[in-house]
Amino acid sequence: MKACYIHSAVSISAQNTFETVFNLSESKPLTSRKANSNHPPYKTYIAPAALRRMATGVKMGVTTGKKALEKANITMPDAVLTGTGMGCIEDTETFLNTIIANEEAYLTPTSFIQSTHNTVGAQIALGLKCKAYNNTYVHGALSFESALLDAKLLINTDESQSVLVGGVDELGKEFIDYTILVEDQNNGVKVPFSEGASFFVLSSEKQEKAILLNSLKTYSNLTEQEIPKVLNAFLLENNYQTQDIDAVICGNNGSVSDSYYNQARAVFPITTSQLHYKHLFGEFFTASAIGLFLGVSILQNQHIPDALVLGDYSKNSLKTIVLYNQFNGRDHSFILLSI
Amino acid sequence: MKKTDQNKALNTKIAITGMGIISAIGNSVPENLEALLASRSGITSISSLQTHHANSIKVGEVKLTNTQLIDILNIPKNSVFTRTALLGLYAAKHAVSSANITSVNAYKTGFISSTSVGGMDKTERHLKEFSSNRESQKYINSHHAGDSTQKIADALGITGFVTTISTACSSAANAIMLGARLIKAGILDRVIVGGVDPLSKFTINGFKTLMILSDSDCRPFDADRTGLNLGEAAAYLVLESQDIIDKEDKKVLAYLSGYGNANDAFHQTASSENGDGAFLAMQKALKMAQLDPDEINYINAHGTATANNDLSESVAIKRVFGNSVPDFSSTKAFTGHTLAAAGAIEAVYSVLALQENVVFPNLSFKTPIATTLLHPVTTVKRKDIQNVLSNSFGFGGNCSTLIFSK
Repeated sequence: MKACYIHSAVSISAQNTFETVFNLSESKPLTSRKANSNHPPYKTYIAPAALRRMATGVKMGVTTGKKALEKANITMPDAVLTGTGMGCIEDTETFLNTIIANEEAYLTPTSFIQSTHNTVGAQIALGLKCKAYNNTYVHGALSFESALLDAKLLINTDESQSVLVGGVDELGKEFIDYTILVEDQNNGVKVPFSEGASFFVLSSEKQEKAILLNSLKTYSNLTEQEIPKVLNAFLLENNYQTQDIDAVICGNNGSVSDSYYNQARAVFPITTSQLHYKHLFGEFFTASAIGLFLGVSILQNQHIPDALVLGDYSKNSLKTIVLYNQFNGRDHSFILLSI
Repeated sequence: MKKTDQNKALNTKIAITGMGIISAIGNSVPENLEALLASRSGITSISSLQTHHANSIKVGEVKLTNTQLIDILNIPKNSVFTRTALLGLYAAKHAVSSANITSVNAYKTGFISSTSVGGMDKTERHLKEFSSNRESQKYINSHHAGDSTQKIADALGITGFVTTISTACSSAANAIMLGARLIKAGILDRVIVGGVDPLSKFTINGFKTLMILSDSDCRPFDADRTGLNLGEAAAYLVLESQDIIDKEDKKVLAYLSGYGNANDAFHQTASSENGDGAFLAMQKALKMAQLDPDEINYINAHGTATANNDLSESVAIKRVFGNSVPDFSSTKAFTGHTLAAAGAIEAVYSVLALQENVVFPNLSFKTPIATTLLHPVTTVKRKDIQNVLSNSFGFGGNCSTLIFSK
């Protein structure tokens, strides 16, 4: 089995993660209930004619994908994999509202064409003229992890040498307000709902500064009590113990299900730094891709931004990081990274 | 693993031990087979949902209503099941019981579904009430594509690896492919794979704007074809590792011997003139199955009956098979085009073709396409069948091919 390395990580998010060197010292706290991405000037990356038709998610996905390939010096990947929880919700809303308003008459196909979940993956393939393996995962808070698992499998089994994989979700204009409306005021998500795109190039080639993606495991359903056992077993399978882990990055979003993260954090000694990020980046189905972007950046830069520290903070060298994410106590994912 | 062992592992055939299906031509595998052998199409006028296009389209509807499905599946009346989740659970339960699985967690078992519309059947009905009507609000969180998958997995008792794929009309083929790869890699021992899509106004109007819906029975591969009929359906297959087969001495229905996924990288919705994506997908699948083109006895084509697909697929088939194109047919004239579910529906039909040694007919065909001159099989044809190749292509250039073998 070939080892799987992360050669590049690029993210467009609610903070300025895209254009600056990794440094969250100027990160702004998010105060509104909804937070849009800090969008770069897309015309630098996408031709104007194509850009005009693209919804926010497609712009973010195509741009981060392109930059991730550039950073990894890859012109043509062997696979393009995308994860998206809500898909192209902007165009879905547009087409749906036109059907309703016009009572199924006078419709044009553009928004329907762009509404399919695989639009980002398709547009990346089309832009690159990439005829390789192409797949899109749409499983709520495991959408990105499913794509990442597929990408890792392609590398591990030597089916591909380099894979472009990412997670993308756009906020949209209407559906998100309904989501917020039914979110439990007391027990629900407290961080803003947000959007973003993060893409990565995975490769079987060991390079300087490349991060090893040791392992990734997902569970549809776990009880809070099972978390310590599952987490310990996950580490042991990879020949690690809790004291070997330099930082744990959790997807805390302020909801009652943060109790799962408490269970996970309690497994580690005080020498393991405890980090979170959704207070700066918001919550959405593929927000965990930002978690991976941060994990990779922390290992590459050997620096933990203060804004990410949640509990214990240790100045130990940074060699190994665990990420844990879940949503409402469902769709759990554990990722192990190392240098 | 040494390279040779690894290649061997990647080329292992994956056993299919169970199947479940619900479509316009039947609510079980035997009912579907009976309709296929009787050349009885399930295409009718639309009755399950209100649309202004009712008089200008024909569809493949599942005959059971949501209420009937809820009764059959014994689901509590107040639960939030979209039609997607209901059809999916119905077919997935059939698949699990046909594989004689009594304890689902006796092995590392996963569930991989696929859908293109997710909970759209409820969203399109309730969107404008979501802000005010409490009764409708329960369908807000069932909109996303993973919802039906999670509900089906929960009902089956699968708690580990669960995911959903959406690559438009090739979705279920990709779900089947991922399942096989996870078994080969030893990540899972057993996996239930397939897809589901109900009819919705969203897709009816979407395809209507693209002007590819036929107002009569669709005619795949015919020179005078007038577009597709949409259909609704769900189908799932149970894939199991050779270890389980050996240990439990299980009956194998057929094997998945090859698969390929490629992108046409030509246009967001249209297929290329030379059918590059389709050609590459078929080639990859043949290579993995270690089969020469002349060892394929039947092609279950994608054959949607749109002008673009059937020509592009014909060109790709001729590029792969040259002048000796095997017997082929599209079964879309029976079921309609069931979008994300199509790859799973046609996987079930491919396994039935192997089991029954039969090529299912391509209904409503009269005249071959002038430039390719391919004649599909138009009546039930009995012959020895060892290998079946099944195509599924989708928007976004997503092309997938599966090969099933005895």
